[in-house]
Amino acid sequence: MGERFEPRIVVFACNWCSYAGIDLAGVSRIKYPHNVRIVKVMCSGRVHPEMVLKALVDGADGVLITGCHPGDCHYISGNYKTMRRYLLLRKLLRQLGLEERVRLEWISASEGDRWAKVATDFVEHIRRLGPLRLKEVMSAE
Amino acid sequence: MGEVRIGVYICHCGKNIGGVINPSRVAEFASKLPNVVVARDYMYMCSSPGQMLIEEDIKRHNLNRVIVAACSPRMHEPTFQGVLKKAGLNPWLLEMVNIREHVTWVHEDVPDKAEEKAKELVYAAVMRAQHLYEITIHRLPVVKSALVIGGGIAGIRAALDLANAGIKVYLVEKKQSIGGKMAQLDKTFPTLDCSKCILTPLMVDVARHPNITIYAYSEVVDVSGSAGDFKVKVRLKPTYVDWSKCTGCGYCTERCPARAPREFDEGLGTRKAIYFDFPQAVPRRPVIDPKYCLWFTKGICRACEKLCPVGAIDFNQKDRYIELNVGAIIVATGYELYDMTKLREYGYGKYKNVITGLQLERLSDADGPTKGKIVRLSDGKEPETVAIVLCAGSRDEKHVRYCCRFGCAAAIKHIYYVKHSVPEAKVFVLYTDIRAFGKGYEEFYQRLRGMDDVYFIRGRPAEIFEAKDGSLIFDVFDSNTGQLLSIKADLVVLESAVVPPKDWESLRRMLKISCDPGGFALELHPKLRPFETTADGIFLAGAIQGPKDIPDTVAHAAAAAAAAIGFLSKGEVESTPYLAVVNEDLCSGCGLCASVCPFDAIEIKEEGGRRIAKVNVIRCKGCGACAATCPSGAMQQNYFTDTQIVSEVSALAGGAK
Repeated sequence: MGERFEPRIVVFACNWCSYAGIDLAGVSRIKYPHNVRIVKVMCSGRVHPEMVLKALVDGADGVLITGCHPGDCHYISGNYKTMRRYLLLRKLLRQLGLEERVRLEWISASEGDRWAKVATDFVEHIRRLGPLRLKEVMSAE
Repeated sequence: MGEVRIGVYICHCGKNIGGVINPSRVAEFASKLPNVVVARDYMYMCSSPGQMLIEEDIKRHNLNRVIVAACSPRMHEPTFQGVLKKAGLNPWLLEMVNIREHVTWVHEDVPDKAEEKAKELVYAAVMRAQHLYEITIHRLPVVKSALVIGGGIAGIRAALDLANAGIKVYLVEKKQSIGGKMAQLDKTFPTLDCSKCILTPLMVDVARHPNITIYAYSEVVDVSGSAGDFKVKVRLKPTYVDWSKCTGCGYCTERCPARAPREFDEGLGTRKAIYFDFPQAVPRRPVIDPKYCLWFTKGICRACEKLCPVGAIDFNQKDRYIELNVGAIIVATGYELYDMTKLREYGYGKYKNVITGLQLERLSDADGPTKGKIVRLSDGKEPETVAIVLCAGSRDEKHVRYCCRFGCAAAIKHIYYVKHSVPEAKVFVLYTDIRAFGKGYEEFYQRLRGMDDVYFIRGRPAEIFEAKDGSLIFDVFDSNTGQLLSIKADLVVLESAVVPPKDWESLRRMLKISCDPGGFALELHPKLRPFETTADGIFLAGAIQGPKDIPDTVAHAAAAAAAAIGFLSKGEVESTPYLAVVNEDLCSGCGLCASVCPFDAIEIKEEGGRRIAKVNVIRCKGCGACAATCPSGAMQQNYFTDTQIVSEVSALAGGAK
């Protein structure tokens, strides 16, 4: 065993709830693993399934989609669209054996502590799964 | 736009960033990235010299993209956009990288990893910035009127400030009269002003103001449209009295034979079936309560109808609906008391002599059920011993975690009530901490604490038991003296926890604003923007943002009104920069985008013999749902195009080379 595996994780965060919640963790100095990289979108409903797949293909070991809690979407129903797309995406991912690599979580603007917990859990989860190496596989052909 | 020329600026933010990572190394790394012309670090990028540095670079190096790696874009994005504007660049050619909230503040224990992360984030921003383009903002006129929801002291103050600034105000109140909780109080701390004496003149001002229309006994049932142009549907509940005819003489309320529990007295006293909330009610127009009216319950009486000198009684009244068009909305729905029956160990609702602080207000009020005499509810006798319990449900993991922010000062005031009504009474105050934080509160506390026969005990009561004579017995451990005390009291007053109103949740969803863990409306920023919400044009006044005492509520309401006045007097609203935009060459007119748009902002129109999606720039709020749904990539979102997002994602997934 060499160095501990440090997964690379892409996080989609909606501007109004999750991005603000992640900011709050920062303001409150709540620590969480460094492995997460945040991509801001205005609403989780903007996240196209292809963007998730693109992240995995280009080297991410896991993808986290975060949005407002059901009923709290700044754009009324964006998070419900996200949920429906996510469930369909999971079906596809299951066929590819990638189901465990993608997660959807609701983080509100006041849940800095919850964000830290979600990030920590997901990083540990992906660490246990090990590296994805989809990028190497794809470029090897 | 031709050649991409990027400037990258790394902020130290004093030690906030610079104390964890080395910003010069990040700048040096950035300088080698594609199309980066200049990369610098500076102590405070947001300071005037910092801003000037960027502005000069834009001119000197002919930059057409600017990346600032600093705090969250939620803090300083507008600041740096202003710098671009000043330098003659479109502000949406700015890209911010959050290396403070998302990096140095959370990873200071692993500075090497933090620096690596900062570099990767800057790299992704550079890759994304290649694809930024100029964005045009559309400007639209605003409707110069406002809706204030809730007619308590917060709504009253906000309505008056707006109206005095020349803005037409609609004030919607669910009860018969405006006045709210403040009208129910006997006195106010720390000055012991008579609460109604200072409130009712303001109520009258509201009623008489030419710019204010009150809709009492009404509720908001639907909100559509957007900032600057809201459409609000209001339900006017049937009062069974034609208020346009009624003169408020009150003859009906005197003669009505049917009695009902009086809500205004927190259930202690009684009122008639046709009633005003209280004598100084505004509007002074009565309502009939069909639950108690003899005509509605038994088909008899109609005394009010026979006696009314102007023929205003109308038993056939139904719900009426009106639609208002307003530019801004102020939410001032206030608070409710936490249900004290949930604190089963205190026996509220079971023992007659256990009451809430608000019920004590009603007992102390000359308009209350006892005409201002404080008595035991079980037998009407004067209490010899009164126990006041603070934090009843507050600061308690089992109930409400937060502080109610007025219980301490109210309890101190309640000592005064008791001692004023029954000077020889003994008062025990059972507290957790005394938080006498407001102006004059500490002095008030010291004054009342020093009175004879007033005992402060630091502890919460154990289970309360009722003796045969109706008095209450309980043990309390005083953590100041380390003694277990046994107390017998004639009256126990619970200073209740505070929660948002029961019907708040549905209104909150109509307004599309978020809530905090306690259920109160979430402000835009807890310190800097405590009266604004994430929804443009919607402002918060008073306790709906979180528990507040009267001085804080009034200050908050005035601030909300000022913010709304500022918003309305700009005269126009700007379209979101994040608009959906259609590439008409690619659009097949399938209409999937229109089907997912939550704002009804997309229409499929026939043009030149084919169907094309058209975006309404007023209605579009910039969520991007349409862009995520479009099968041909024709629908894109400004500042979040597929290419922009994917280039960022790809860079972050692959890591910086």
